[in-house]
Amino acid sequence: MKRLNLLISTLIIVVATMACREDDIVVPAEYEIIENATPLPGSKILGFYLVNEGNMGSNKCTLDYFDYTTSTYIRNLYADRNPNVVKELGDVGNDIGIYGSKLYVVVNCSHKVEILNARTGRRLGKVDINNCRYVTFHKGRAYVSSYVGPVAVDPKSPLGEVCEIDTTTFEITRRITVGYQPEEMAIIGDKMYVANSGGYRVPNYDDRVSVIDMNTFTLNRQIQVGINLHHIASDAQGRLWVSSRGNYEQEGSCLYLLQPDTNGEMAVARKFDIACSEMAIHENRLYYYATQWNNYTARNEITYGIIDTATLSQVSKNFITDGTEQSIAIPYGIAIHPESGEILVTDARNYVSSGTLYCFSPEGRMKWQVRTGDIPAHIAFLHK
Amino acid sequence: MSYAKHSVILFLILIVSTLGMRAGEDEVRRDSIVLDEVAVVARFPHNEVIPVQRLSGEQLERLNSHTVADALRYFSGLQVKDYGGVGGIKTINVRSMGTNHVGVVYDGVQLGNAQNGQIDLGQFSLDNVEEISLYNGQKSDILQPAKDFGSAASVYLRTRSPRFEKGERFHARATVKAGSSDLFNPSALFEAKLSSKLRAAIGGEWLTSSGKYKFRYRRVTPAGDVAYDTTATRQNGDINAFRVEANIFGDIKDGEWSAKVYHYESERGIPGAIVNNVWRRGERLWDNNTFVQSAFSIIREKFSTLNNLKYSFYHTHYVNNDERVQRVDNTYRQHEAYFSTSNMWHPLRWLKLSASYDFQWNSMNADLYNFVRPERATNMLAIAGSLNFNRVKFQASGLLTHIHDRLHNQQSPDDKRVFTPAAFVSVYPLHSREFSIRGFVKRSFRMPTFNDLYYTDMGNAQLSPERVSQYDLGVLFDRASRFGTIRALRFQADVYYNKVHDKIVAYPKGQQFRWTMLNLGLVDIRGVDISALTSVNPIDELTLTFRAQYTFQRAIDITNPSDRYYRDQIPYIPRHSGSAVANAEWRGWGVNYSFIYVGERYNQQENILYNYTQPWYTSDLSLLRSFRIGNVRTRAQIEINNLFSQDYDVILNYPMPKRNYRFTLTFEL
Repeated sequence: MKRLNLLISTLIIVVATMACREDDIVVPAEYEIIENATPLPGSKILGFYLVNEGNMGSNKCTLDYFDYTTSTYIRNLYADRNPNVVKELGDVGNDIGIYGSKLYVVVNCSHKVEILNARTGRRLGKVDINNCRYVTFHKGRAYVSSYVGPVAVDPKSPLGEVCEIDTTTFEITRRITVGYQPEEMAIIGDKMYVANSGGYRVPNYDDRVSVIDMNTFTLNRQIQVGINLHHIASDAQGRLWVSSRGNYEQEGSCLYLLQPDTNGEMAVARKFDIACSEMAIHENRLYYYATQWNNYTARNEITYGIIDTATLSQVSKNFITDGTEQSIAIPYGIAIHPESGEILVTDARNYVSSGTLYCFSPEGRMKWQVRTGDIPAHIAFLHK
Repeated sequence: MSYAKHSVILFLILIVSTLGMRAGEDEVRRDSIVLDEVAVVARFPHNEVIPVQRLSGEQLERLNSHTVADALRYFSGLQVKDYGGVGGIKTINVRSMGTNHVGVVYDGVQLGNAQNGQIDLGQFSLDNVEEISLYNGQKSDILQPAKDFGSAASVYLRTRSPRFEKGERFHARATVKAGSSDLFNPSALFEAKLSSKLRAAIGGEWLTSSGKYKFRYRRVTPAGDVAYDTTATRQNGDINAFRVEANIFGDIKDGEWSAKVYHYESERGIPGAIVNNVWRRGERLWDNNTFVQSAFSIIREKFSTLNNLKYSFYHTHYVNNDERVQRVDNTYRQHEAYFSTSNMWHPLRWLKLSASYDFQWNSMNADLYNFVRPERATNMLAIAGSLNFNRVKFQASGLLTHIHDRLHNQQSPDDKRVFTPAAFVSVYPLHSREFSIRGFVKRSFRMPTFNDLYYTDMGNAQLSPERVSQYDLGVLFDRASRFGTIRALRFQADVYYNKVHDKIVAYPKGQQFRWTMLNLGLVDIRGVDISALTSVNPIDELTLTFRAQYTFQRAIDITNPSDRYYRDQIPYIPRHSGSAVANAEWRGWGVNYSFIYVGERYNQQENILYNYTQPWYTSDLSLLRSFRIGNVRTRAQIEINNLFSQDYDVILNYPMPKRNYRFTLTFEL
């Protein structure tokens, strides 16, 4: 009997020490003061937003903001500013952009573009777009690429499309079918250039850049460039830089330069055998990094370089000069401060834990670093 | 609100049970004819060297459990990963070592899945399962297949085998279950005595459910206002499954033989994660699993032999027809052939020696781009011995495993050769046999699965086996009595220390959610398992049974001090978890209350607020009535599960059902 009572008392103690459920609270934002982040006097840049992608199915796409005026880093701002949105920002962020007073977040696996007030972070509306990827802007409208357009042609592998969004009514006004699984877009003059990947069609990747006439919103032509295209950016010389992911096997990632030919039509001018995962152009410098898996060493090979877009020569093979690259596991995003030239690089680490944002001086020395959400990836600067 | 109620109820049960004990003391000890039924509860093996937890017969029927996975929630040291609903995948993890380290043995032969190494225990209905046992380390038997010496922990499922009283020629049983989520589950079993030496059984089952259930997500602001509160219906979780099983049992001189044909097929929707803006997905899965197995054994004074043969075919068809994402339509086919012979020599009264040899062949094919179509040959040789003295039992085994993989259109990786020893000891220090102390040390490993090694683009053929070391020390007090108020009293507690080396983890590769698998992980696991059971007869014909178990686990990642999650608790392992079951039987009536608690956990490696997952605890209640209609034994059961309708996720974004009901009606002849 005594033994039994002892047992029961033990049980009661155990039960008492077990925690109970509480109401689930909307995850609060976290504020962190960043030292060494000295504000630039007279700067027109207030801060920047960073979207953390979050691993697929985790619903952990989050939005962070860095305020240059107070040197404050705010983690996970969306749920704090928009507590009433069911299941928060969503699953897998893929791009971010600011146009006018509005902030656009493309949330890939939630199939939507979230539109926020860029100053307050409060929701103004959302636009549902299936499997949306990137956003760009032109003459008062936002353009979003989507992996899946009309399924009419081939239900197993539909062509992608670009959707046009009215930035005041948040309605889709027009759609245009482009190549397979379109990614980033760039606009020069009245033409939009869309990089197509064909990522759903392995091994038959798409290799074209689609050209859209923005006046008529029609497909003008397709330029054959290279397989599995991803990023596209225009430089000060009116040329296009397009990155290819390769096929992850024999064919590595590389970078293409497109410029107008004698007829004034964009055409491939040069192929650089430089692996490029992501790039950012600032003045005449194209900053890039590349992460490539090496099957023999079972390691990622990572490079950080600069190409001079005027001379087309590689001017640096490592823009990080103080050895900080040793502690970056997987670089996953890059942006250059438009005024100071400071380099922001994100580290996604193992994809399933919080990442790190690094700020480097233009000379490549680390100024500060901060913990972010999961898979920090895309940055947009907020202007005054 | 509901958790306050919970604590009160649990507390009351404990108080009542204490009072029950006291009242019992004053009762005059009486003999009773219902003793044998109680003995079912109290029938614990006294000769086990190794910690075992077991649920069988009546106990199993009383628990509100539909599948084997539901029943396993009542074992200590074990976590069930449950994606929710009737068709949701349910896997188990014993002592934080990982799902792949648990062997699941169905009627003597281990179930295999070379593709991902995981057995979905949600697929195994309790309909014909008579006993479930969980062994930490390995089973206390040295006459067993070599493979059984290999797993870090094993779950043994034993199905009902026909036993006939004198004059009986056949048994028949029909059961129908119906309940929430449009569940309809009829089953039938027929057993016949073909001759004095030959028995046969055939059973089948059909399960259908829409998988629809209400779930709720509610969040409040730090100020306490409701931020959002939304209730929705789980979609695309439907299941339609069919199982048929035929067995034949034969007796021979000093031994027996048996053969089994098993077939399971199902079509189900995979409901997927609930994320912002996505409440419905288009993934579907067809499973088709067939095996035949046969066993032959002879048990003699000096020499015993046990032989098994199995062939299985596993076909999986996965389709994603959500128009918003990449269309997928893949078929996976697996074959497995298995042969085992175990032989035991009993030269001296206190000494037994055994040698077992197993051979297994696996193959897999899939219509994936660049798939290497792996084939695997595994040879296993085990030598074991047991010393059996009056107060000390000792057992030791060594298993040598050799694995050779052959690939199509690609060079095969090097063969793997692993030796895994184990030693177990059990001591009775007191005069009484009721108290014992036991301990074990064991090394084991899990072979990387075909997915880990060869999955297109993601697999890494260079992987090494993932290794585990286990150390366990425990005590057992076990008293069973045919008389008196307390019919059974059992208490066991174990402390353990496990270390997982070369843990296989997904590692990011390049950009864009691309992964590879690496042997990159070191986990340190320390835990305590406690379980207790008592069965009392306070008054005539009234039997009260209480079971409780508690688990403490500290499982931390010690891979790399520079990781942010260094020394953090690994995902989905609660520090505290436990369950309590109270059961009362009186004449033909029975009532059962069970409570399950899983403490706070983190859904990712870093133990930060963003990854915090709340504890969950559910109460299940059932009422049972047994009676006879003429010759037919009839049982009717009503179950209410998640009585207080708690809204919880076991896995992040996979909501579990609110309160739900089930009715069971069984006829037996």
